[in-house]
Amino acid sequence: MGSPLVLAAGEVGGDFFRERDVGDLCQAQSGHLFCWDWAKENLDRYGTPTVQHLEIVLISVLVGFVVAFALALIAHRTRWLQPPLLTATGLLYTIPSIAFFFLLIPLTGFGRDTAIIVLAAYTLQIIYRNTILGLNNVPSSVKDAARGMGFTDRQILWKVELPLAIPEIIAGLRVAVVSTIAIATLVVFINAGGLGTQIYGEGNLTFPTTVIIAMAIVMGMALLFDLVLLTVQRLTTPWRRVRQA
Amino acid sequence: MNALPLASFSGAIEFIFTPQTSNVTGGNKVGGFDKSLELVLKHLEVTAIALAIALVVALPLGLYLGHRGKGELFAVGLGNAGRAIPELAVIALVAALIGVGLKTVAPALALLGIAPILVNTYVGVRQVDRGTVEAARGMGMSELEIMRKVELPLSVPTVMGGVRAAAIVILATATIAPLAGVETLGDFIINRNVYGENGLLAGAILVALLALTIEGLLALLQNRLTSDGLKLKTV
Repeated sequence: MGSPLVLAAGEVGGDFFRERDVGDLCQAQSGHLFCWDWAKENLDRYGTPTVQHLEIVLISVLVGFVVAFALALIAHRTRWLQPPLLTATGLLYTIPSIAFFFLLIPLTGFGRDTAIIVLAAYTLQIIYRNTILGLNNVPSSVKDAARGMGFTDRQILWKVELPLAIPEIIAGLRVAVVSTIAIATLVVFINAGGLGTQIYGEGNLTFPTTVIIAMAIVMGMALLFDLVLLTVQRLTTPWRRVRQA
Repeated sequence: MNALPLASFSGAIEFIFTPQTSNVTGGNKVGGFDKSLELVLKHLEVTAIALAIALVVALPLGLYLGHRGKGELFAVGLGNAGRAIPELAVIALVAALIGVGLKTVAPALALLGIAPILVNTYVGVRQVDRGTVEAARGMGMSELEIMRKVELPLSVPTVMGGVRAAAIVILATATIAPLAGVETLGDFIINRNVYGENGLLAGAILVALLALTIEGLLALLQNRLTSDGLKLKTV
């Protein structure tokens, strides 16, 4: 892949899979739902996977957003493109992620590039659909008023239509980011690292403590980004708050 | 890294139809049409059972909450939280804590399908024109009849959107069900050391085709279930 954003292929393995001596920390290992002592001593092992996870998610969503946004702007101008593009992005979304990863292996190999291509492809539909929806929801009276004030088509798009479409666009981004954070756990299957290594790595699968910690980090990350984007939406659309008040 | 040659797409297709000699298992034949068919059927079985459970739980609940106009925070919050749950962790926890096999995996997969069906049913019912509901009440319909004969038919497109999303997430996650002892198509993918690289790709091809087929069939079903009047309105 030729993306300049991807500078280095993901490095995985190594010291993620340190020796796990649970016996000392939790006496009866079997049937243990969560071993606090182990968690306290091993929390540091989640640092690198968390950073990797974040990187993969952010790059994927950024790539997906740029592509989907460009597609939406093209389809906004060339209206007949809207339904076929929706179908095409929908088909990409239908292919299960694990299958999608491995279908690309012969072309792009194991590692982070493949993970980013798939995750970015997944975000296309929701971002594209919501951007188009937002642009279509702009009342024609507003556009007429702008035109009457002497705005060019380009000015209308960037100064009137897009700002008014921000709530829908950000709603799409929120869904894209939250689901990408969850799906990125599966990139462990193509050796691209991330928090999935703490679920699927050697011996992890049968050790609920690590699965729960990784799951909590993933869901916490999703919640955090959801709140951040919600705040961004509030700050960029002050007129909405006025209307509600 | 260790990228496979492009040619293995043809190797994967061959793997699906005729058993291949595996260099890993010491000359044993693996794959082939019978094995592929067996895994496809198992994959479909798990998906169907899980989707049925999800429907039985989420559809009536969504209809009821939507009809009463209650629990918006619950329904929408569940939908958002549902998207954030990592599927891999769900399968891993179920296998480690409750046990392996179809009896535990199917309900776990159903859990992933409940959120989209519940949210879409709720939203779909809320979008039904209140004037229509009042008219139905005025004609003497009971609340149950209103839900079944007015709100459900009018919200078919939205509800089916949720059912399709649920079917896809369940079918996709069924790919990792072998981790919890259910031999779906994911067996080709996860047990790479048995089936080899061609098997891996064969599994991916079959899962992708299965997903596209199911999505297509559900789109057709949605078209059949949507009343002609609704189709007129959207044109």
